[in-house]
Amino acid sequence: MFEALGEKLDGVLRRVRGHTRLTEKNIDEALREVRLALLEADVNFRVVKDFIERIRTHALGQDVLASLSPGQQLIKIVNAELVALLGGEQTELNLSARPPVVILLVGLNGSGKTTTAGKLARYLTRERKRTPYLIPADTFRPAAIDQLTILAQELGVPVYPTPNDGSAPDPIVVAQAGIAEAQKRGCDVAVVDTAGRLQVDDELMADLERMKTALQPHQTLLVADAMTGQEAVNVAQGFHQRLSIDGIILTKIEGDARGGAALSLRSVTGAPILFAGIGEKLDALEPFHPDRIASRILGMGDVLSLVEKAEKVYDQQQAEVLEKKLRKNQFTLEDFQEQMRMVRQMGSITDLVGLLPGAKKMLKGADMEGAEKEFKHIEAIISSMTKEERRKPELLNGSRRKRIAKGSGTSVVAVNRFLKQYLEAKKMMRRLSGAGGGKKMKKRLSLPAWGH
Amino acid sequence: MALRFWQRKKKTQPDSASPPVADTRTPAPITKDARWRRGLTRLRDLLRRPFDASSEQSRQSREAFFSDLEEVLIQADVGVETSLQVIDRLRAGMSGKSSQDEAEALRSDLKRELRSLLERGEQPVEGSDDACPRVILVVGVNGAGKTTSIAKLAARLKKEGKTVLLVAGDTFRAAAIEQLSIWAERLGLEIIKHRAGAPPSAVVFDGVRAAVARGVDVVLIDTAGRLHTKTSLMEELKKIHRVIGREVAGAPHEVLLVLDAGTGQNALSQARTFQAAFPLTGVILSKMDGSAKGGVALAVGSQLGVPIQYIGLGEQLEDFEVFSPDDFITALFDQPTE
Repeated sequence: MFEALGEKLDGVLRRVRGHTRLTEKNIDEALREVRLALLEADVNFRVVKDFIERIRTHALGQDVLASLSPGQQLIKIVNAELVALLGGEQTELNLSARPPVVILLVGLNGSGKTTTAGKLARYLTRERKRTPYLIPADTFRPAAIDQLTILAQELGVPVYPTPNDGSAPDPIVVAQAGIAEAQKRGCDVAVVDTAGRLQVDDELMADLERMKTALQPHQTLLVADAMTGQEAVNVAQGFHQRLSIDGIILTKIEGDARGGAALSLRSVTGAPILFAGIGEKLDALEPFHPDRIASRILGMGDVLSLVEKAEKVYDQQQAEVLEKKLRKNQFTLEDFQEQMRMVRQMGSITDLVGLLPGAKKMLKGADMEGAEKEFKHIEAIISSMTKEERRKPELLNGSRRKRIAKGSGTSVVAVNRFLKQYLEAKKMMRRLSGAGGGKKMKKRLSLPAWGH
Repeated sequence: MALRFWQRKKKTQPDSASPPVADTRTPAPITKDARWRRGLTRLRDLLRRPFDASSEQSRQSREAFFSDLEEVLIQADVGVETSLQVIDRLRAGMSGKSSQDEAEALRSDLKRELRSLLERGEQPVEGSDDACPRVILVVGVNGAGKTTSIAKLAARLKKEGKTVLLVAGDTFRAAAIEQLSIWAERLGLEIIKHRAGAPPSAVVFDGVRAAVARGVDVVLIDTAGRLHTKTSLMEELKKIHRVIGREVAGAPHEVLLVLDAGTGQNALSQARTFQAAFPLTGVILSKMDGSAKGGVALAVGSQLGVPIQYIGLGEQLEDFEVFSPDDFITALFDQPTE
């Protein structure tokens, strides 16, 4: 999402990179560009002003480190300030309170509260080993109760049966009854979904204030759309002044919005951005890492995210077995299939590539979904082989290849191309295992080793 | 009993630091003009700021005004590029002029510039109005306000005496079908729907067929929200578009993109990508009420030539107007006539 801003700053700072010293003049030029880029990225006007001033002070007051070029130095400063502005370290959702811990979700209409409530329940179950209870207290929007109830059923999470007969019950009463029910059932977190509202709607905001007083939530979280424009500051201010927000969840971050809203929201409320919504499915919620996002803004990629993602699905033991096989040059198509399956678990190719430094720029406009298709073809090709063939690819003669092409719905040319790629990958892996070995090897293996 | 649903609560006016505007306290039922003015209150207050400031400071310089104005336009999401263009033109227009009545001249110039931005997007809607059924496809990103906008548009069309059929084409999001069904029930309209998870093109096919068979005037097709960056979902939308065209020649007669007025510069990217999939005939600018935003509509109009056709000015069903640059500009700049 921050891609475009990253490219902009990159372009600007490349020019500075050519200079030998950071002078007031070339910093001014660079900062003017940074300012425009930030504004185009929807960072709020006032936030940009402060940001630029801070950068200027730091850049001029600091000695240029001997090991860095002036451009690198400026990138370092901009990066550090971005990280600071986004909240420094990653913050985990605080759940230390007497159960049931009440989480209240608030925000504008259409920011994604209900979907986020579902995602949050999944996160609480999977990542935090809690037993969440969902409470649909949006009694205004048609079918909002149905929506959360369906999501809860999909997740196998209990949900409060808010009356849904058109009687439009008082959300505070609903939420209170829901929390009591959560306690009765021994659920330790109660997630309360509320109706969307404008921060300037005095009466509806007063309703929320009353709700907050009545429920005493441990965490009041603002759900905000990453595509929000300049208004993000007013939204954050409006909700924060009346409800004192404990944290922010940034949704729809997977689009191509530059996401300046993130910077604005954080700097206005001082509340941490806890999560980022990265897709439509219920597992598409990730902890928000300010440091990583900042380096993504600067086009430095997000290697840490990738490694972490890879580690999550990559079984250490399997890696060791695989490594042994590689050493003996026994990397078969079965192993290839297995490795491919694991990489697929990490997410789509587009997601993965986005995390690699520089890759986005290199592959800008490349056909990611085409690559995704290619992946599926390869899976089909391997699946169309017999076990024997997978273990001994050298068996694959012309007629076998024809059969596989037919079975996988591809062509003999595609099968041949894939086998060639496989052999090359095998060769390369052998070289790697000869040179590296040990821990380093495992890391490498956890990345897709077969490009195309 | 149905009425209760539409009226969340009687609204009090948002209090803002700016001086109150008389008509915002007008009790219901309110006129169209008042609805416009109420929906644009905050944007109007924002745009007035540089003028107020300059008269107070007895105008040190024009440049101070332009710099204030630049800030204001950018804060209204007009975008850096468009804002700078507007200011350049204002500056050029003022050069050589005496400073007498400067504020008034600037004001009317700004009015003219903004109107011309809006009018650049204006174009006659293609296809004849008498197409029957008139098929309207509604698209947009998640949470833009598609379903609510459809309900408001349907209510409006029904009031005009048209027969309207709703098609629940969002089979993806949980309870989206229920949401549209509830609206259909409240509005007393027929709806074609399938089960959740069904292929959307199938329900759209059935919907368009049913509309032809029943001889309804207008078909409103809801679709699942999709971020424009998801190529596969955009392909799905193209397929829906093709299916409609196969069933009714020349259809869909309108493809409306719902844009949340709070969206920043990403709205341009959204409009561009949807536009690349099939021609958009217009934009529904949703959630325009309550705050100083929606400037991006100016940018979309001027840069993409897609006109804003409807505007959502509040949460109530009737807070939905056919967009007109005149009404918009009048509501932003002019004092109420009373």
